[in-house]
Amino acid sequence: MLEFKDVTKQFEGNDYPSVHKLNLKVERGEFVVFIGPSGCGKTTTMKMINRLIEPSSGEILVDGVNVLKQNVVQLRRSIGYVIQQIGLMPHMTVGENISLVGSLLKWNKEKQQERAKELISLVDLPEDYLTRYPHELSGGQQQRIGVLRALAVNPPLILMDEPFGALDPITRDSLQEEFKKLQREMDKTIVFVTHDMDEAIKLADKIVIMNKGEIVQAGTPDDILRHPANEFVEDFIGKDRLLESRPEVTRVEQIMNPNPITIEEESSLKEAIQKMHAKRVDSLLVIDGAGILKGYVDIEMIDSNYKKKNQVYEVMDTAKYAVDKNSLLRDTMYRMLRRGSSYVPVVTDNNKLAGIVTRATLADMVYNTIWGEETAEGSAIE
Amino acid sequence: MQTMMDTLSSYGWDLLDKTGEHLYISIAAIVLGVLVAVPLGILLTRIPSKTADRFISFVGILQTVPSLAILAFLMPFLGVGVVPAIIALFIYSVLPILRNTYTGVMEVNASLKEAGKGMGMSTFEIIRKVELPLALPVIMSGIRFATVYLIGWATLAAFIGGGGLGDLIFDGLNLYKPELIVLGTVPATILALIANGLLSLLEKGLTPKALIK
Repeated sequence: MLEFKDVTKQFEGNDYPSVHKLNLKVERGEFVVFIGPSGCGKTTTMKMINRLIEPSSGEILVDGVNVLKQNVVQLRRSIGYVIQQIGLMPHMTVGENISLVGSLLKWNKEKQQERAKELISLVDLPEDYLTRYPHELSGGQQQRIGVLRALAVNPPLILMDEPFGALDPITRDSLQEEFKKLQREMDKTIVFVTHDMDEAIKLADKIVIMNKGEIVQAGTPDDILRHPANEFVEDFIGKDRLLESRPEVTRVEQIMNPNPITIEEESSLKEAIQKMHAKRVDSLLVIDGAGILKGYVDIEMIDSNYKKKNQVYEVMDTAKYAVDKNSLLRDTMYRMLRRGSSYVPVVTDNNKLAGIVTRATLADMVYNTIWGEETAEGSAIE
Repeated sequence: MQTMMDTLSSYGWDLLDKTGEHLYISIAAIVLGVLVAVPLGILLTRIPSKTADRFISFVGILQTVPSLAILAFLMPFLGVGVVPAIIALFIYSVLPILRNTYTGVMEVNASLKEAGKGMGMSTFEIIRKVELPLALPVIMSGIRFATVYLIGWATLAAFIGGGGLGDLIFDGLNLYKPELIVLGTVPATILALIANGLLSLLEKGLTPKALIK
């Protein structure tokens, strides 16, 4: 998808090159995060991809074609671009901003508007926002639009220059999550620049740590946290984070109990009671024939409806919060504790039940962190 | 008052004529000024700012040359009449428009230009879709300033045979008829005020809705 071959950038008047003989391959659909102290060359590296900065030597290939051999305007239109300052045009409506690249490509008005409506629904903003102006939106909403603008003509590759850096921590958190989800759904290749290690760990498939124009280490977040290449990387990650690295990088899927106790929605209440009794639990997750999570039912619901209703789906509660199996345990833990629930069902992308995380699972985690690892399999079941 | 009315009745058609000429000279000069100074101002934003600043200072010096002197200098080259008058006035219109265009475009938030560039706007598209709409209020106030001054200075056109309301003022001076001077001055002032008002309206109409505070 994207390849750097011996790429060097020497700015005039600088003693050292900003980027020095950089080699890197990025696969299609990969989320790559460049990180490093300021002046390490991460932004320069990214901007060379869409030629906002031209490399002094070496080649950058996008889908096998050297970017320097392409028409610069067309190249940029084919690559999404999101910047930290958001950069929405203040004199254009939100809809016009989203359709900006579409209008450059001479899409007709209907196609532009249709696409804008489609996109704004992805970020849960109402359609009438399309006719508003950027200054009427909050910072978080503005950057959502900034991201949509980059997605508008559906480019396979998107460059993001510290896109969430200027937002407050809570907004940043929710945007990161939303965006990670979008990226997985749309199968985009992302090149993302940040100086925030938390952000890198949360979003990246591959983290590229840079210093003084060179790559110090490149690998999955897990790799880097477990095997930092040298002292620089260790310092950069921070010692605290190395200690806490388990919940930081562990995905829910890795610790969940994959065999939660379930019942089909068509089953009778009697069967439900029997199952609870046999398994010694007080609630059951309700699924349909295809294994899609429908809700949950607990002993109180059955008790108060036993005489009036017959089947599970009549008494179950459908509003049950669930987490994606690929989300990080760190975030899940926080939510579970905050919500005060005793368990959280884990689902796949299409809401199929994949497992369950209970408070007992968390207790095992903490136990392992304090007393060292042991095989937690099996003991994670309530 | 009686003499004023007499002058008005005897110079009535003349006054209309002269006002027409006056407008023609001023408008021609200002249109020429916009056509030259706006593109030039944008061009200046594309070169190193040191050179641009120097250029603007140079134009500023031109502007300090007394207008009467400019008219006199132009006479050997362009002769007398309407054309040299328009050219002389045009020279005066350039600086305010040029300076405001340059400042207005330079003040457009750099991140907007970067966003535009990064999304694949050509230089021309950045100018037309980003820089000009956002710099418009500043550019327009330069044009308004230049227009108001030019309408006043256009009275000097009479000095080199360019016509306009200046003719009445000069006649008044030569014939020692103060009422003629008033007859030339008042319409020029009114013209300037009307032009200012119309251009303010135009400015409001052209400014992107979201930018009106």
